[in-house]
Amino acid sequence: MLRGLGKLTWIEIKVFMREPMGAFGTIGIPVLLYVILGHILGSKPPSSSFTAAGYTAVHLPVLVALFISINTVLSLVTIISIYREGGILKRLRATPLRPQTILSAHVIVKLLLTAATLALMFLVGRRYSGPDAPVHLFSFTLALLVSTLSILSIGFLIASIVPTARFAQPIGAVILYPMLGISGLFVPITMFPPVLQAVCRFNPFTYAVSLLQGIWVGDSWLAHTGDLAALALVFVVCTALSARVFRWE
Amino acid sequence: MPPVIQVSSVRKTYGRTIAVDEASFEVNQGEIFGLIGPNGAGKTTTMECIEGLRKPDRGSIAVLGLDPFRQVYKLQDRIGVQLQQAQLQKRIKVWEAIDLWASLYNKKPADAERLLSQLGLTEKRNTWFMNLSGGQRQRLFIALALINDPEVVFLDELTTGLDPQARRAIWDLVRDIRSRGKTVFLTTHLMEEAERLCDRVAIMEHGRIIDIDTPNGLVARHCPERTVVLSTSAPVDSDLFRAISNIESVESEGNEFTIRGRGDDLVTAVITCLSEHRIRVTDFRAILPNLEDVFIKLTGRSIRE
Repeated sequence: MLRGLGKLTWIEIKVFMREPMGAFGTIGIPVLLYVILGHILGSKPPSSSFTAAGYTAVHLPVLVALFISINTVLSLVTIISIYREGGILKRLRATPLRPQTILSAHVIVKLLLTAATLALMFLVGRRYSGPDAPVHLFSFTLALLVSTLSILSIGFLIASIVPTARFAQPIGAVILYPMLGISGLFVPITMFPPVLQAVCRFNPFTYAVSLLQGIWVGDSWLAHTGDLAALALVFVVCTALSARVFRWE
Repeated sequence: MPPVIQVSSVRKTYGRTIAVDEASFEVNQGEIFGLIGPNGAGKTTTMECIEGLRKPDRGSIAVLGLDPFRQVYKLQDRIGVQLQQAQLQKRIKVWEAIDLWASLYNKKPADAERLLSQLGLTEKRNTWFMNLSGGQRQRLFIALALINDPEVVFLDELTTGLDPQARRAIWDLVRDIRSRGKTVFLTTHLMEEAERLCDRVAIMEHGRIIDIDTPNGLVARHCPERTVVLSTSAPVDSDLFRAISNIESVESEGNEFTIRGRGDDLVTAVITCLSEHRIRVTDFRAILPNLEDVFIKLTGRSIRE
C-alpha cells in the first residue's frame, strides 16, 4: 500500500539537505531566533518568559516552537507548489506510487525537520530553557508534532489553492501568521471583542497554543484532551478537503 | 490476439475547448504506434487518458485488458511512461531516481546498470537532476520509463531537445524495445521520426484522428504524386515526356525538366523514356512525397506552423 514510502522519504530528506539556503532557513533561523531572544530577555527559571504589551506572559520556547512549526508548514507549501509547477508531482503519480504515499513522505520529512529543529534549539539554547525543562522536553516535542501535523493539513489546503510557486510562501505567510496572531499567544482571547472570540474558536492555533503552553508549564495531557480533539478535527477536515481540491498539475 | 490498447469514441474537454474529439483506434502487440500532429492537436491528452492520468469525458479505453482509470495501479505496474516536460527534484541524483523507480514495481526491475549504459548515463549517475543537460534529462526519463521492463511503453515527444545523433540512438533503443515483443505508443510532431520509427501512425488534428495507416500506406493513399527533376546535356522536346502515361505536367527551363505524375511507376516510366530516346542526363532527382506532404494535404497546413 505504502510501497516506496521509506525510499521516497529518505530521498526527500537528502534533497532538502542539499539545498543550503532551505536547510539553513528552516533549521538555522528559528534556533538563532531562540538564542537571540533568550539572550535579550534573559532566563528566568523555571520558565523563561517575557511580558508582551503588558498583557500576558509568553513562554519563549512556545513562541519559537510555533515559529518552527509555521516555518516547516510554509516550506511544505512552497515545495508542493514547486513540485506541482515543475511537473514533479505528475511524474511521480505516473508510477505505482499512491498519491497518499507521495504526500505522506513530505509530511514525515516536515515532522522530522520540526523535531530536529526543536532538539537543536534546546541543545544550543539550553540555558534559556530553565533547569527543570528537560522533564517536559519529550512531551513538549510531542505536543509540537501534534500541532504541526494539524497545521500541515492547513498547509496542504493552502498548497491546493496557490496559483503558482512564486506566491506560495507569501500567501502561506499571510494566512498563517494572522492565525497565530489571534491565537491567544500574545493577547489572551478573553480580551478580544466577542465576535473575534467566536472566530478564535475556529482557529486551530488557539488549541495549539493552549496545548503547548500547558505542556510547557507541566500540565498533564489529560487536561488538554479538548485541544487534542480540536487539532485532530482540524486535521481530519483539512485532509478531507485537500483530498477533494488538491491539484496535481 | 486482442489489441494491447483499445480506444473507442474518447472525448475530453477542458472548459469549452475540445481537446480530444471522438478518438478511436487500436494498437497491436509488438508494434510501434505513433500519434502525430502539431502541438495542441490533442496528442498528449489522448496519451494521458490512456495512461490513466486523465479521465475522459466519454468513450472507453482498455490497455492490456485493464481500465486505465479504475485499475490505474494495476496498469502502472505493467506500463512505462515518459511524460512531456516532466521534471524531477532539482537535487536528486540520477542513481537515486533509478533506485526509487526500481523499488516501486511488483516485478523484478530491468538491469539498471545496463539501462544507464545503453542511454549513455553511466558517468552521470552521481549528478544532480538540475545539472543534467536537456538531452540527459530526456534520456533519464526514458530510463525511468523502461526500469520496470514494461509491456507497453508510452513516449511523449521522446526526442524533443535531442541532437540528431542522440535522436538516432534513442530510435535504436525504441526498435530494440519492439524487438523484445513490447508495444510502443509514442507521440511526435517530427515527421521524420514517425516515418522512420513507426509501424503505423494516426494523424491527429484539432482533437480528431484524421487517418490511420502505415506511413507508406498513408503516402500512397493521400499523395500518389511523384515528381522527377532532371537536366539533359542537349535540348530535348518536352513532348517526349508528355507522352508518358499518367503524366500530369511537364515544366521546362532550358535543359531542366520538372515532370509531375501519379503512381509508383512514374519514375520507371521516365527512366525508360530517357533510355529509349538515348537522352543523356546530367542530373536526375526523384521527389517522393512523405508524411509531411500527407499532413499538408489532409489539414491544409504544415505541421510546423
